[in-house]
Amino acid sequence: MLKRLIYSREGVLSIIVLAMFFGVGVISPDFISLSNSVSIFNDTSILIMLALGQMLVILTRCIDLSVAANVAFTGMFVAMVNQYFPELPMALLIFLSLFIGALLGAINGLFVWLLKVPSIVITLGTMSIYRGATFLLSDGAWVNSHQMSESFIGLPRYEILSMPVLGWMAIVAIILFFWAMKFSVWGRNFYSAGGNPMAAFYSGVNVGKVQFYAFLVSGTLSGLCGYLWVSRFAVAYVDVANGFELQVIAACVIGGVSIVGGLGTVVGCVIGALFIGVVNNALPIIGVSPFWQMAISGLVIIIAVIANATSGKDKARIILRNPNANDEIRAN
Amino acid sequence: MDTTIKKSATPDSMFTSKLQGLLRWESFLVLIVFLVCVMNSYLSPYFLDPWNLSDATFNFTEKALIALPMAMLIIAKEIDISVAAIISLSSTLMGLVAQMGAPVYAVAFVGILAGAACGLFNGVLVTRFKIPSIVVTIGTMSLFRGISYILLGDQVVRDYPDGFEFFGQGYVYWVFSFELVLFAFFALVFYWLLHRTTFGRYTYAIGNNPTASYYSGIKVDKHRLILFTLVGVMSGVASILLTSRLGSTRPSIAMGWELSIITMVVLGGVSILGGSGTIAGVVLAVILMGLVTFGMGLLNIPGIVMTIIVGVMLITVVSLPVLITLYKNKKAKAL
Repeated sequence: MLKRLIYSREGVLSIIVLAMFFGVGVISPDFISLSNSVSIFNDTSILIMLALGQMLVILTRCIDLSVAANVAFTGMFVAMVNQYFPELPMALLIFLSLFIGALLGAINGLFVWLLKVPSIVITLGTMSIYRGATFLLSDGAWVNSHQMSESFIGLPRYEILSMPVLGWMAIVAIILFFWAMKFSVWGRNFYSAGGNPMAAFYSGVNVGKVQFYAFLVSGTLSGLCGYLWVSRFAVAYVDVANGFELQVIAACVIGGVSIVGGLGTVVGCVIGALFIGVVNNALPIIGVSPFWQMAISGLVIIIAVIANATSGKDKARIILRNPNANDEIRAN
Repeated sequence: MDTTIKKSATPDSMFTSKLQGLLRWESFLVLIVFLVCVMNSYLSPYFLDPWNLSDATFNFTEKALIALPMAMLIIAKEIDISVAAIISLSSTLMGLVAQMGAPVYAVAFVGILAGAACGLFNGVLVTRFKIPSIVVTIGTMSLFRGISYILLGDQVVRDYPDGFEFFGQGYVYWVFSFELVLFAFFALVFYWLLHRTTFGRYTYAIGNNPTASYYSGIKVDKHRLILFTLVGVMSGVASILLTSRLGSTRPSIAMGWELSIITMVVLGGVSILGGSGTIAGVVLAVILMGLVTFGMGLLNIPGIVMTIIVGVMLITVVSLPVLITLYKNKKAKAL
C-alpha cells in the first residue's frame, strides 16, 4: 500500500514538492513556518480552484482557454455592482459571481455540446470576447479599493482558525471535487466520456452533455475566482489575470491530467497547483530573480509531460493514444 | 465544409455542383473582404489612400508570415502556441548580438537561427516523446519567453546597427514596404509548397490519417519535425521584422500573438482538426483581419473592441458550417 503510494504519480510529485518546500526551509527557516505555509496555500487557492474546474474540462478531451477572461469579466462585474450599490449583501454578490461565471461557462459548453465545435476554437474566441466585454463594461476604468465596500474586500481575508476564508474555500472545493470525482456517477462520467467517448456513448452517457457540465463547472468556479481575485488584490481592471489560463492548464498538466482526456486525479491536480505556488513563493526567498520564474515553470511542464510519456510501467496512462478517436462520434 | 458539399452533390446535377464549387469558403472570404472595403471607404474618406492602405499592412504582415507555416502545421493535425515566445527569444538574442557590435546580416542570421532552433526543439519533443503538441508548446511557450526574461530582465535593447531598420520600416518600391513584399513572396512559396509539391500532399495525408500515412511509407515524424522547424524559422523572420520596426527589444514583445495567428489560420478555413485548408484562404483571412482592424482604427474604435469582433468572427466561422449541416439534415428528415 505504502509502496503503491510512493510509486504513484501523485506520490512522486508530492515528494518533489515537499523536498522543494523543506529545501528552501533549510536556507530560510521562516519559509516552512506554519503561518507562511498557510499563506502559500492561501496564495495558491485561486489557482487550485481554477485548476480543478479545468481538470473536468480536460478530462472530457476539451480545453477551456477562457477562464482568465471569465475571471476578469466577473470580477469587474461584481466590483462595479459593489461600487454602485455598496449596501447589497455579500451573499447576493457571491451568488451573482457564481451565476455570471456559470453563464459564461455555459456559453462555451453549449457550443461544444450542441454544435460539436472544437473547444479550443470556441474558447479562443470567447476569451477575446469576454476580455473585450470587460473593457466595454468598465470603459477601461479601474475600480480601486476605496470604491469597494469594506465587507467586499474583507470577506476572503476573514480568518477562521488562522486561515483566511479564501483558503477555506479552496479546501471545500477540493473536498467536494474529491468526493464527486470518486463516488458520484456524475463525476465518474467525466472519466468515461473522456477515456473512451464511443464506449461511453454506447453505455448511455451523453458525452456532449458531460462536456457541457465540465464547462459549466469551470465557468462557475472562474466566476467565484473573479470575485476572489478582485477582492484579494483590491482592484479591478481589464487586464486582471491576463495569461493566467496557461498557468491553470500548466497546473493540471504538471499534476498528471492527460491532455488527451480521461485521466487525472483531484489530488494530482491540487499538488500540481501547489507546485507552481511553492516555486513562485520560494524564488524570491532563495534569492533567484523573479525573472527566472517563467522559464522554470516552462521547464517543469516539459519535464512533467516527458516523464508522463516515458513511464511505460503505468499501463493506464494513455497519453500515446490517438486523440481523434472521438471524431467518429462527433461525425454522427 | 467539404463533406457538406460532397453529400449534397448528386452525380446528375453537374450545374449545381459547379455552382456549389463557387460556394467555397475562399469565395465567401473574398465577398466579405469586398464588403469591408466598400463599407470602409463609405465610412471614411481616408480609407482608399494608397499610403494609408500601405501603413495598414504593417499591422498584420508579421503575424501573417507565421500564419502561413502555422496553416500547414494545423493541416498536419499539430499546433504551435509558442510562436510569440519564439519571437521574443529570437529578438532577445538578436539584441544581445547587436549589443556586441555585430553587423546587420549577422543579427538577422542569429534571429532566423534562433527561431529554427526553437522550432526544432518543439519538433523533437513532439516526435521523440510522442507528446501532444499543444502541451509541448504550452511548456516551451513559458520556457522560451522565460529565457528572454532571464537574459534581459526589465531591460530594453535599442542599439541595433545602422541599416537594420530597413527590414521593418523600408520600402522596396513606392508604397510597397519590404514587409509586404516579403509576405507576398512567402505566400507564393507556401502556396507552392502546400499545393504543388508532394511535401504538401503528405501534409494533408498526415492530417487526415497519421496512421494510414505512416503505413503508406510517409516519414510522418520527419515531416512533423520539418513543419515545426519551418514554423520556427518563420517566427524568426517575423521577429527580425518586428524588432526592426519597433527598433527595440523587450522580453514582453509580441505578447498574445499566438492567439491572433491561430485565429487568422482558422478564419482562413483551415480545420483545427487537421486535414483541410488552403493557403489562399489564409491569405484572404489575413487581408480581411488587416482591413477590419484598419477600418476600425480610422473610425477611432479602440483595439480591444476589435478583439471582440475577431472573437465573434472566429466563432461564427466555425459554427456556421455546422449550423448549415444541421439545418439541411433537418430538412432532409422532414422530406
